[in-house]
Amino acid sequence: MEFQLSDEHRMLEKTVREFAAREIAPTIKELDRTHSFDPGIFPKMAEQGLLGICIPERYGGAGMDYISLGLACEELEYVDTSARVIMSVHVGLYSCTLFQWGTEEQKQKYLVPAAQGDVIGAFGLTEPNAGSDVVNLQTTARREGDHYILNGEKTWISLADVADHFLIFAWTDMEKKRRRDHSGISAFIVERGWPGLTTDTIHGKLGVRAGNTGSISMNDVPVPAENLLGQEGEGFKIAMSALDQGRYTVAAGATGLIRACLDASVRYANERQTFGVPIGRHQLIQQMIAYMAQRYEIARLLYLRAGWLKNQGIRNTRETSLAKWYACDAAFDSASDAVQIHGAYGFCDEYDVERFFRNAKGAVIYEGSREIHQLLQAEYALGYRQDRPLRCELPAYDPETWTES
Amino acid sequence: MHAIVCIKQVPDTTEVKIDPVRGTLIREGVPSILNPFDTYAIEEALRLKEQFGGKVTAISMGPPQAIEVLKEAVAMGCDEAILLSDRAFAGSDTWATAYTLSQAIRRLGPFDIIFCGRQAIDGDTGQVGPGIARQLKINQLTYVCKIQHIDFDKGEIRVERLLEEGREVVESRLPALLTVVKDINQPRYPTFKGIRRASRMEYPIWTAKDLEGANPAYFGLDGSPTRVVRVFTPPPRSGQTEIIQGETVQEQAAKLVEKLLAEKII
Ligand SMILES: Cc1cc2nc3c(=O)[nH]c(=O)nc-3n(C[C@H](O)[C@H](O)[C@H](O)COP(=O)(O)OP(=O)(O)OC[C@H]3O[C@@H](n4cnc5c(N)ncnc54)[C@H](O)[C@@H]3O)c2cc1C
Ligand SMILES: Cc1cc2nc3c(=O)[nH]c(=O)nc-3n(C[C@H](O)[C@H](O)[C@H](O)COP(=O)(O)OP(=O)(O)OC[C@H]3O[C@@H](n4cnc5c(N)ncnc54)[C@H](O)[C@@H]3O)c2cc1C
Repeated sequence: MEFQLSDEHRMLEKTVREFAAREIAPTIKELDRTHSFDPGIFPKMAEQGLLGICIPERYGGAGMDYISLGLACEELEYVDTSARVIMSVHVGLYSCTLFQWGTEEQKQKYLVPAAQGDVIGAFGLTEPNAGSDVVNLQTTARREGDHYILNGEKTWISLADVADHFLIFAWTDMEKKRRRDHSGISAFIVERGWPGLTTDTIHGKLGVRAGNTGSISMNDVPVPAENLLGQEGEGFKIAMSALDQGRYTVAAGATGLIRACLDASVRYANERQTFGVPIGRHQLIQQMIAYMAQRYEIARLLYLRAGWLKNQGIRNTRETSLAKWYACDAAFDSASDAVQIHGAYGFCDEYDVERFFRNAKGAVIYEGSREIHQLLQAEYALGYRQDRPLRCELPAYDPETWTES
Repeated sequence: MHAIVCIKQVPDTTEVKIDPVRGTLIREGVPSILNPFDTYAIEEALRLKEQFGGKVTAISMGPPQAIEVLKEAVAMGCDEAILLSDRAFAGSDTWATAYTLSQAIRRLGPFDIIFCGRQAIDGDTGQVGPGIARQLKINQLTYVCKIQHIDFDKGEIRVERLLEEGREVVESRLPALLTVVKDINQPRYPTFKGIRRASRMEYPIWTAKDLEGANPAYFGLDGSPTRVVRVFTPPPRSGQTEIIQGETVQEQAAKLVEKLLAEKII
């Protein structure tokens, strides 16, 4: 067993850390305060190779492994959640899913520009009346000749208003829709600019204010049949397998958020004095800091194991769900304690911890809410749930072929 | 074009603490980093390579772990990287460091330009660059903040030097040695491709034996004419602070100017 990062991973971690400190940290407070998404971050992330980090070079990516994806997410969310969300959605949910399920033509047409960062992808599953309950989707895709006609409304979609391409989940079998049989759901690659598709931004969010979240309306949007991802009826499986990658990035990001809370709290605990000593000398403050240190280590080990499983090509739905559940709860608790340690100063945006606190809440809800992961973990433990092999698995990492052009 | 960059591994001085009793630096447990000025030297060499083709070689003298900074240089885009490491080199002062590096550079073969940082953030002397130039009998252009013109075919270079009083433009023949300041560029991040290459590459380690023709008596502590008598922290300067009051910023600025004139500072 090897508990040490390789040289490659260490250097990548340091590089992304510097990138986040230089490209994101200086402006994040203002962007967050004014609820502004800065699209200028895309070309910077693209140039660094982040937007195709774990995609093989022959598909336009940087040819790194899945652990690198996790490490990058940790470093980005150490500074702010918004940049990590880009990785979760564009890389985890969108690009990795095309890589896993796409035909060679689809990969050439859609994955290559995405991995190069020339186009941004988003993931449209959730609807006004279908979040945890995916099967309650209302969006439909009606076959007409060599097209599908999409109708429906997606909401709470990260990057909805700024992405170029969307992975959209819709019912193709109306009989199965009535019976709530998820084998009637299909997945489509949809482009902005096609008639009938409009997007909007959601305002007034509690957190991730420097990120874009919005809705997608589809009104008789014609989608060429060749843009069906996977086979008809595979949409639900595709969505769930996409979440294996999305949740992984969320877990890794939340780990970075815990570290950010820990570092901020340690700094403040050494500076702030009460009763003649730095507050770090008070045992109750120490307890909060001890928990943060503990949570950071656990969260990191859990996500790195999930990344390792992905590298090996071993199914990791269970391990990824556990990592995501744990890290997001732990990040929220850590952020809450970090605000507490900062006292009144933690209650305003002079310090970063109030932003960490607001940002941490989202991840307890999206990519499987805390409750959904508890159900999953209980079902695995009780033997009610088993993962069966998929028709297309996420390819295992291969250092040789991933760097062939 | 062949550019050589000399890089040094230094303790991260933002993390260095002073032993309050002995007044010396506490180096234990302090992370080592690439001397920050040297990243600008690497960047400038890489820009020349992008413009003119050719290769960039990074070279460092230090203990075996100094290989870390060479990895960083390769991750940024340097083609080759060589470590000079031998017990015999230990304790080198700036003269011996410059001598040893220049011997290694001779062994590297023909080159067009050498880059150094303006100074190392630990030793802080800024002498190694000029020392190498002297040993190699080439021109030194120190504190360079801009290369205005360079022509490798004609062997010419014109640079701006950042001096305390302003900027100076100087021309020189090539090959020449440049020490660079931070204004010269904005160093790139290592690319992921570069990181992969850096972590999979073999790094040649040259010892004293590899430097044929060099005089071993000039290596290391024995070859160092400098003797450090004492290392100490100068007593903290005591100064008075005065906050200049005024209704408006203009008024405060005017008062400040008056005071500075009165004190003959401006
Ligand atoms: C910032 C943000 C970004 C998002 N980005 C995307 C995106 O890019 N793409 C996308 O498709 N979606 C996205 N979402 C949507 C997200 O995935 C959903 O919000 C999530 O799945 C929960 O669904 P819901 O909000 O409809 O809550 P509901 O499903 O209505 O749940 C409400 C509450 O009930 C609980 N609950 C539900 N079912 C059960 C049960 N069986 N047992 C116990 N408790 C239960 C939930 O845990 C929750 O606490 C995003 C959400 C947010 C906040
Ligand atoms: C704590 C401490 C104790 C010391 N003790 C002694 C002592 O006992 N006796 C003694 O003679 N000297 C001593 N030195 C000086 C030491 O020898 C110098 O640090 C060394 O020679 C390099 O000089 P510099 O650090 O001033 O580098 P500078 O001259 O400031 O460096 C300028 C540039 O030269 C290049 N460069 C410098 N060093 C190297 C290198 N090793 N490899 C590749 N490129 C390099 C880099 O491009 C760098 O940016 C000590 C230094 C320190 C910090």
